[in-house]
Amino acid sequence: MKSLRMAKRHLPKFLESLGKWGKVYVPVKLGKNSYRWEEFDGEVDNIALDALRTVIPAKKFFYKPREVMFEYDKTNGYTQACAECEEDVILFGIHSCGIHSLETLDNIFAGKYVDNYYFTRRKNITIVGTSCMPDKHCFCKSMGADTVDEGYDIFLTDLGDDFLIGVGSSKGDDIVNDNPDIYEEVDESTTKRYLEFRNKRDESFELVLDTSDLPTILDFQYDNPLWDELGERCLACGSCSMVCPTCYCYNVDDTINLDSETGERWREWDCCLFRDHALVAGGHNFRENQGGRLKHRYLHKQQAYLGDFGRTACVGCGRCIVACPANIDYVECLKAMRGEMTSA
Amino acid sequence: MLSKQTVKLDPANNPYKPRLARIVSIKPQAPDHKLFQLRFEDRDYAESFCTRPGQFAELSIIGVGECPISISSPPTRKGIVEMCVRRTGRVTNALFDLPTNSMVGLRGPYGNGYPVEDMEGNDLLMIAGGLGMAPLRSLLWYALDNRARFNRVILLYGTRSPEDLLFREEFDDLITRADLECHVTVDKDPTGNWPYNVGVVTSLFDKVDNLNPDTTYAAICGPPVVYKFVIDQLLKLNFSKGRILMSLERMMKCGIGKCLHCSIGHKYTCLDGPIFTYWDAINLRESI
Repeated sequence: MKSLRMAKRHLPKFLESLGKWGKVYVPVKLGKNSYRWEEFDGEVDNIALDALRTVIPAKKFFYKPREVMFEYDKTNGYTQACAECEEDVILFGIHSCGIHSLETLDNIFAGKYVDNYYFTRRKNITIVGTSCMPDKHCFCKSMGADTVDEGYDIFLTDLGDDFLIGVGSSKGDDIVNDNPDIYEEVDESTTKRYLEFRNKRDESFELVLDTSDLPTILDFQYDNPLWDELGERCLACGSCSMVCPTCYCYNVDDTINLDSETGERWREWDCCLFRDHALVAGGHNFRENQGGRLKHRYLHKQQAYLGDFGRTACVGCGRCIVACPANIDYVECLKAMRGEMTSA
Repeated sequence: MLSKQTVKLDPANNPYKPRLARIVSIKPQAPDHKLFQLRFEDRDYAESFCTRPGQFAELSIIGVGECPISISSPPTRKGIVEMCVRRTGRVTNALFDLPTNSMVGLRGPYGNGYPVEDMEGNDLLMIAGGLGMAPLRSLLWYALDNRARFNRVILLYGTRSPEDLLFREEFDDLITRADLECHVTVDKDPTGNWPYNVGVVTSLFDKVDNLNPDTTYAAICGPPVVYKFVIDQLLKLNFSKGRILMSLERMMKCGIGKCLHCSIGHKYTCLDGPIFTYWDAINLRESI
């Protein structure tokens, strides 16, 4: 893989150059401890390079919280509506866990039936990742999502005065070739500083979840009363799913215009903790209680998805832990299921 | 950048896009149950539309919404898609308000369908309760239209009362067919004119002689209570769990393994099902 190094003072020039490939989005500070994705306003100082987790993950650029799938009318039926899909976007500042989460979504939206909406955007969005230092809610290392060696166009690792520039795609190569004078070759000192960075980062993880044998353990813990205890606390607000970079389930509905002839079919993010998620016509609910719904979410991430795709549908970003208004802690719950804690 | 997935984008072929289909006939079946015959407007597509018994399709009522409905017609009868529908939700209510010749949206077929390749050469025992006859009818006619590929073909069908019997006009013939062992029953007969069995569907087992569990596939479809009692009966008869086939109901919103509304454990009812063996089902909690 092609690696370069860039002095930090060149960051404005780097970002300016990115603009040639589309609309640049960066994380910016929203409140005391919150960040969100916003279009880059040209001021490098406004970019929250230290942001670990935006409230809503980068998923929203690929898979819209609510999107119109079709426009319909009674004569012509359903016509695909997706004008904005064609927009070229650059995401600057997505971390390793975010890049892994996109692979998780890829697995779902690909397959025998390809989701055009998602993959059109996937092809049009350039990924410029940046390195990070974990906080007490990060457990990406436990989920195998703490490093990336593919899945990005460019990846910037903070080495103090410099960024190590990893070029991960032909498009990334075009981007660095656009501004050759801001890059230098890597040397022995770069390697040394990279290893120092890696070791420091590795040692910074406070939150660790042992995933060994977890699917089997969860099988045995299927009837653990803790699920219902957590279900009692769960408000079914859906926050954990809305902020989750790997949650993908959605609801579909049609709206009709006032002419009663035309309308739209749209989909929007849904959540398996909502009461009606497994409800069928006639009123039977296959997951009647909240504990069962909560269990379904955990089991889907740590067991079902794993069985299908060989990795968990969790990247350890910590968003659900931060977002839950009932203080239900994903990691603590799973630790309790492992018998490492008595309650969660 | 796409790393692991090699995805071919085909914008002209959106799997979520319903195709226009016309309601060519509506046959009332029982109270709140009708059989709709649909034909795709695109003639070539209508002819090429190829199903397996036990599959389903997503039906759209323009301006109302979309829902999954099982396909009642067999693959041996191309050109027309039949759906036997109970009026029970928003979309089916709107469907019941439509007159013949109305346009609806249809996409599919989805789901695994019955493993007919494995079932051929065996005895076929179909057991339906109520609306469970709707998906099983595709298998029934598949077997009758390919009669030589099966040994014994047996159908046990139970409804609550005589007026709830679906496909009544077909049953008058089916019961007299020599190449089909067909038995129907009703839970109760308030009319007093019912000429056949009265009792729950499992009471029909007495009418079937010499069931050989080693050479028979049992396909069951019905409400949860039917599964419970029929499976008990089949296990008593020493059926292997893998020879008991069930068709499970879920709200498949997308039909193609994305929206997750039909997930049961690690399975998607829309992709991995809706036909599951009993062995699969006992390993899928919440399945019935």
